[in-house]
Amino acid sequence: MGMTLTEKILAAHAGVERVRPGELIEARVDFCFANDITAPLAFREFERIGLPAVFDRERVALVPDHYAPSKDIASAEQCRSVREFAHRYGIVHYYEIGRAGIGHVMLAEMGLALPGEVFVGADSHTCTHGALGAFSTGVGSSDLAAVMATGRLWFRVPETLRFVFRGQPAPWVTGKDLILQVIGDIGVDGARYRAMEFAGEALRHLSMDERFTMTNMAIEAGAKNGIMEPDATVLDWVTPRAQRRFEPVFADPDAEYAAVYEYCADELEPLVAVPSSPGIVVPVNFAAGVPVDQCFIGTCTNGRIEDLRVAARVLAGRTVHPRTRLLVIPATPAIYRQAMEEDLIRVFLDAGAVIGAPTCGPCIGGHMGVLASGEVCVSTSSRNFIGRMGHRDSRVYLSGPAVAAATAVMGRVAHPEEVLS
Amino acid sequence: MIFVGTAWKVGDHVDTDAIIPARHLVTTDPEALARHCFEDLDPGLAARIQPGDILVAGENFGQGSSREHAPIAIKAAGIACVVARSYARIFYRNAFNIGLPLLECADLHDATESGDRISVDNETGRIVNETRGTTHTAAPLPEFMRTLIAAGGIIEYVRRQVAPGRGGA
Ligand code: SF4
Repeated sequence: MGMTLTEKILAAHAGVERVRPGELIEARVDFCFANDITAPLAFREFERIGLPAVFDRERVALVPDHYAPSKDIASAEQCRSVREFAHRYGIVHYYEIGRAGIGHVMLAEMGLALPGEVFVGADSHTCTHGALGAFSTGVGSSDLAAVMATGRLWFRVPETLRFVFRGQPAPWVTGKDLILQVIGDIGVDGARYRAMEFAGEALRHLSMDERFTMTNMAIEAGAKNGIMEPDATVLDWVTPRAQRRFEPVFADPDAEYAAVYEYCADELEPLVAVPSSPGIVVPVNFAAGVPVDQCFIGTCTNGRIEDLRVAARVLAGRTVHPRTRLLVIPATPAIYRQAMEEDLIRVFLDAGAVIGAPTCGPCIGGHMGVLASGEVCVSTSSRNFIGRMGHRDSRVYLSGPAVAAATAVMGRVAHPEEVLS
Repeated sequence: MIFVGTAWKVGDHVDTDAIIPARHLVTTDPEALARHCFEDLDPGLAARIQPGDILVAGENFGQGSSREHAPIAIKAAGIACVVARSYARIFYRNAFNIGLPLLECADLHDATESGDRISVDNETGRIVNETRGTTHTAAPLPEFMRTLIAAGGIIEYVRRQVAPGRGGA
């Protein structure tokens, strides 16, 4: 029996011929990162280890993205501790606001996450980079400290669940809808401890941005990692930006999967996850009509240029409903600039949206658009748990950018076709 | 190690935002985090927990973010150990790394209500609900987890690797 993509990458990084699901291995880590919330705890643990240097100054990134620009004195102290650690240890990939965006989006954009590599981040959505054909997974701060010290970490080799999408996605159906469909089907622990591999010819119709949305939300099904083969779309995207040499890895043809799920992309429709779990998923028309106070387009899930283009297509020549607020937050400065050059920012401003600085922002309910009690938000983010975006009595629907934009125009949950017809 | 304490029961899929909302992640101080533990799930719970109490949870406990603040908050709130049907994977690693013992048990959750007196033998996996007179068995810990615990957590484990002879005590 051959190995899956995940198994092959892990075997190569453990320095062994082959690995099997369930096996414990210690693997070499190619790159690691932490943010302004997880890094301070990691520093404390790293300093307990007592080494004078990180394992490789060029393979550690520190990205202040959650509460940056700082929202209060306490978060300013955390951002400062990140800055000071970066200077003290000569961390090459430390980025100040103005250069920094959301880590998961920015590090891939900069060519620091690469096919065939093992990538570890102290943030659960580190699984995002799997779209590049990498093994990429989130860990806590202590594990991250161990990686910063040694460049290695232990893993249990996960079984792989394979999700095959046939056909071509129907109009208005994006990567977000494909992944929501899967999470709705298998549940928030349907892939617990496992790898989720996405495949099938429908992926060929998805941009890199949409693919990142899919692997990003693997964690919402409990997965250890999400992954896709590095096909031509991946290699075209990653080759010009790669900052290191890389070797793409492909699954063996006789690889063994714990289960295979098949979908016809033509039959899917735009979906929303309703409050308060990413696993409660319905077609947008089932939720249509729910009055909405705030719409948010952004995050590591859907804050990329393709997402902004889709939103602008819906918003062009229209305005946000008077009883609704729309926040648009490009995930990185480069995306912000691109959106400006494509005149998308003007579309958003004309529609009456607020444009925010690249950051996680309201995704975690800490600043820049926190919800009051009883308020309803349609968000392009990945989590709608109780209290996630504000008061414990606020409610969040998760959707793709087209539904969020249409909802902002109508002031109630709406299918994009309702707006465009 | 045997833990004896009052059980506090929470449901399935309790997420890290429910354990410690992200708005409070502007500090790494365990006591400050503990004050807000479970505040969106059950606002009075953190104040009712006494040192040594036991948290009894359902499926997929700790789903969501990688914040190590979650097990830190639970531990600092006074919880001596958690017994759940199952755990989300990052939470599972984090809890062991910061020294919060976790056990997996299929049937304790159904047999327990908040306020019951529970004893948990961390080594044998024997769990007794003393209030109801029921006995349960936790799944044995994976071997590597035992190694990590014996080493005193991942950081001690790494300390010994990188500086032999220094991690002794
Ligand atoms: S955008 Fe949201 S989900 Fe993504 S890293 Fe930031 S807080 Fe986490």
